Amino acid sequence: MPRMRMNQAISAAIADEMRANPDVIVLGEDVAVAEGPFKTSAGLLEEFGPLRVRDTPISEMGFLGAAVGAAATGLRPVVEIMFVEFLGVALDQLSTEGAKFHYLSGGQVTVPLTVRASVGAGLGFGTQHSQTLESWVVGTPGLKLAVASGPATAYGLMRAAIRDDNPVVVLEPRRLYAQREEVTTGEAGIIALGQARQAASGDDATVVALGSTVGTATEAAADGSWSADVIDLQSLQPWDQDLVYASVARTGRLVTVEENPLSGGWGADVVAAVAADLFGELKAPPLRITAPDVPVPFGKELEERYMPSSAYVGEQITELLDTGRVPPPWWQREENTP
Amino acid sequence: MNTPLERREALQQDRQVRYERMVEIRALENKVQDLFDEGLVHGTTHLCLGQEAVAVGVAAAARVTDQVTCTYRGHGVALALGLTPVQLLGEILGREAGSIGGIGGSMHLCDPEIGLMPTFAIVGAGIPVAAGAALTAQVRGTDDAAIAVFGDGSTNIGAFHEALNLAAIWKLPVVFVCENNQYGEYSRIDLTTPVEDIACRAESYAIGGTIVDGQDPDAVAEAVSSALDHARSGGGPTLLELKTYRYAGHSRADTAPYRPDGEFESWYEKDPIVNFGRQLLDEGVLGENGIDEVQATVNARIDAAVELVLDSAPTPVDAMFAHVLAP
Repeated sequence: MPRMRMNQAISAAIADEMRANPDVIVLGEDVAVAEGPFKTSAGLLEEFGPLRVRDTPISEMGFLGAAVGAAATGLRPVVEIMFVEFLGVALDQLSTEGAKFHYLSGGQVTVPLTVRASVGAGLGFGTQHSQTLESWVVGTPGLKLAVASGPATAYGLMRAAIRDDNPVVVLEPRRLYAQREEVTTGEAGIIALGQARQAASGDDATVVALGSTVGTATEAAADGSWSADVIDLQSLQPWDQDLVYASVARTGRLVTVEENPLSGGWGADVVAAVAADLFGELKAPPLRITAPDVPVPFGKELEERYMPSSAYVGEQITELLDTGRVPPPWWQREENTP
Repeated sequence: MNTPLERREALQQDRQVRYERMVEIRALENKVQDLFDEGLVHGTTHLCLGQEAVAVGVAAAARVTDQVTCTYRGHGVALALGLTPVQLLGEILGREAGSIGGIGGSMHLCDPEIGLMPTFAIVGAGIPVAAGAALTAQVRGTDDAAIAVFGDGSTNIGAFHEALNLAAIWKLPVVFVCENNQYGEYSRIDLTTPVEDIACRAESYAIGGTIVDGQDPDAVAEAVSSALDHARSGGGPTLLELKTYRYAGHSRADTAPYRPDGEFESWYEKDPIVNFGRQLLDEGVLGENGIDEVQATVNARIDAAVELVLDSAPTPVDAMFAHVLAP
């Protein structure tokens, strides 16, 4: 198994799909000659040439819309949105056009489009380049959404996304691009969309994490006085209820760990579903561990505090287990009252 | 240390101050790079080295009550408008002394007192916002105006075209200042833009489009002044294309390996600071040792600012909760 950084795994996944299918093309700002600002399209221009690997102007609405049109007429475009925030100017083409074509053609038109975007805090890029923004994508029927948590999931989810006949958004936590691990490549490395993965096993709680928080939650579980199933959701739309429910039915406690603000975060959906369907199985109220409802601040100390750390996750879960109640988040504790 | 307003007034009145401000911008950008290399800056930064005359010319022409939107490559425009080195370095270094208290970083500066609207880290986003600031002036019946400063890359984004169209049909008092530095992120303009001169895009919106030497602060100030006069008198918007050159790469990680051989050298012959300095010497505005004296003054000011900022308090964690919503 090759050892790869996450950006290398992404380049490898795209290259493997491009070799397998001549309809796969790559579009984005500085993805060809410069191989992507995060080096997530390394070697693609050289191997596949300028017809299939294209630098675009800074025109997200234009090139994402063009990708929708190309996908609807037979190609399988992979579009890079350098920072997920840049999706804002192109959201109509994704959510209101591309996501609706299959429905509005009575099933006759498919849109096999992959939209990749870097997400998240931790690199000091400031508030307009540090959000996760899953909330821009969930709640749009017709779209699928996957989030990478490291090199192996990035590889597997990317290949599945490119093969899927629907528009799929794949989010890539920016601070993980340089993370390295062994990656199963080839068919065996492909990860079905909608399927979660158990990243750690334990008895006291089910900790559901996504993207950057998978590592945080796994670290907390390894250090804690408690043990937990850590589930890497991998896909958010659809999400793997079976794996989560099976685990919660066994542990009796649900915790979500999210990098996004509390309000509107993906964990609310998971908690609502579990609370409704497994009400009788729960030994404690579900706990959501999130960032506060503020824009992502600049400044190393502020940014680190903004994102849930493994120490904080550990403390919150310990308190949940000790008291049977949901502990207040750090920003509501007396010593931190703003 | 002078206040932002004092700095602005001095620059408007005195061409020697304009020269000094360009020297300050360059020295500060170089200092930011040094601080980066020393590991003292968290995150990223986008330097405007080579584009100093654009910043200073715009600030010389704009009234302090005019509103200016600019980009993430905005250190120069901010300093020219009057932001102090301490406010700028404080923001970049995450200190309370920063222009918004260190909560924004390199890409997010703001000072309403000198007309600097919150700067934009999204390409093109400031262009319609400037049109909106002009709408305020029009609705209120003041003769203020707005200026959008943006790069050549953003003229390929929808917001540019929508904003120009809107401003044209409503005759908004706004000046669209495109600093064409030849590169959009890592790509040369000819790879992303089918026209050589951005100014020609004005024709689609039936407004004036003028090419200006962006390396000459007098030419920039004159062109912006004239477009502002036109705007204030109800004539509507103008698109100015300021030809300039980005000496550094796109951001800290970019060493600009894509730059053709000799390109930098040929632009450096038009260096705005060297040439304007020479011109002021010839005119007698600067004395015999004027160039060295200005450099020494600027260096001392920046060294003092760096020391002050590095010794100052980092932004406290609970600052993140302030100003999320207006009271």
